[in-house]
Amino acid sequence: MRQIEARVITQTVARLCQEANFVLGEDIVTALRQALETEESPPGREVLSQLLENARIAREEHLPLCQDCGTAVVFLEIGQEVHISGGDLYTAVAEGVRQGYSQGYLRKSMVRQPFSARVNTTDNTPPVIHPEIVPGEQRRITVTPRGSGAENMSRLAMLKPGDGKKGIIDTVLTTVNEAGGNACPPLTIGLGIGGTAEKAMLLAKKALLRPAAVPNPAPEAAELAAEILARVNNLGIGPMGFGGNTTALAVHILTMPTHIASLPVAVNLQCHSARHKEAVL
Amino acid sequence: MMDTLHITSPIEAEVIEKLTTGTRVLISGIIYSARDAAHQRLIQALDRGEKLPVDLSGQTLYYMGPSPARPGTVTGSAGPTTSRRMDIYTPRLIALGLRAMIGKGSRSPAVREAITKYKAVYLATTGGAGALLARSIKRVETIAYEDLGAEAILELRVEDFPAIVANDIYGEDLFEQGKAKYQRERK
Repeated sequence: MRQIEARVITQTVARLCQEANFVLGEDIVTALRQALETEESPPGREVLSQLLENARIAREEHLPLCQDCGTAVVFLEIGQEVHISGGDLYTAVAEGVRQGYSQGYLRKSMVRQPFSARVNTTDNTPPVIHPEIVPGEQRRITVTPRGSGAENMSRLAMLKPGDGKKGIIDTVLTTVNEAGGNACPPLTIGLGIGGTAEKAMLLAKKALLRPAAVPNPAPEAAELAAEILARVNNLGIGPMGFGGNTTALAVHILTMPTHIASLPVAVNLQCHSARHKEAVL
Repeated sequence: MMDTLHITSPIEAEVIEKLTTGTRVLISGIIYSARDAAHQRLIQALDRGEKLPVDLSGQTLYYMGPSPARPGTVTGSAGPTTSRRMDIYTPRLIALGLRAMIGKGSRSPAVREAITKYKAVYLATTGGAGALLARSIKRVETIAYEDLGAEAILELRVEDFPAIVANDIYGEDLFEQGKAKYQRERK
């Protein structure tokens, strides 16, 4: 039995909240640089250079990449052989978010009542926590701050099995098209296909944690992702919606088996500020 | 190469005529931040027949709620939020004299109509470039609704704040134009 102290989880989450908000992943920086080479539209190129400069300033000055420091979404992979001592897991994670957002001068964006008074909780809690119990002694924490610009434009479509691949592609193109500049393109597109309604959305979010330039190990999914990426970039939306051939940097797909009568497709859009950092304890 | 105009905010009425869609601008002067909650309060104040805490006539609103400033700095990260959420309030504010708006993403037909009718302008800037845009903000003062925290109305003095004209008085739209030009597949 492996022991882990709740306080270590708190410290780790606090650190990851800050790192994710200050340091854009190298995969995205590389993808933005490549896009700058191939983008045809002058305002589009201007946006891409601004984003690269923004990433440099944020990293060097520990300023948030975006003032929307997001909802703190935390993925936990905890091995079943791990015992957490000195506190409960969820409280430890929430405390990490509270400390990280305070120490890092990150914006606190959570409101307590979604449809009434909407009073700010003042410490960016509660986080959204997705725990997964895995075999062994694994202890992996991933923090992905989710800005609302892109999250608001995400969609779930419960397709008919007969809609097939074409239905999936249409769903993504419609979603991206309706989002336009609001979701802060160039996007990363997370697709969850299969399972049930809620599982598809969770898969879509998890798909966004994959590195930008690494193709899906499953050939069928890789092929679908490549086709969607090409067609999304044909929409002409471009960086920030100013027009151009860079609307998305990557498409990631996670699939799982589904019911004979179902074809759930979840589209979770990620803005260019694709923030996620992980730690293995 | 894109044309660049250096403009001063508040923006003079005659300058508005030169701000055609696609023109890159660098804004210096005074702008006011306001986002969802502040807009709601402004409209509630108008409904009650009260005077607004800031006279918006001829002024520029920036849809923005910054991250907290570290000690000894002017502001935290300070990029635009999605303008569309302000669309339900905006035509009324434009009718009252609001001249310019800065935000991200496209506007509703009603806002575009108000822009042409009352000779206003909508400027788009880069979402998610909050660290970069913060550099153009030289002074920040809270002037209303302090209790709203990041959503309070701030008076910002800016220098060479970069934006691009998205909706002009001639009815043009940057998002439609840009898409039409680079679109290879319709949806």
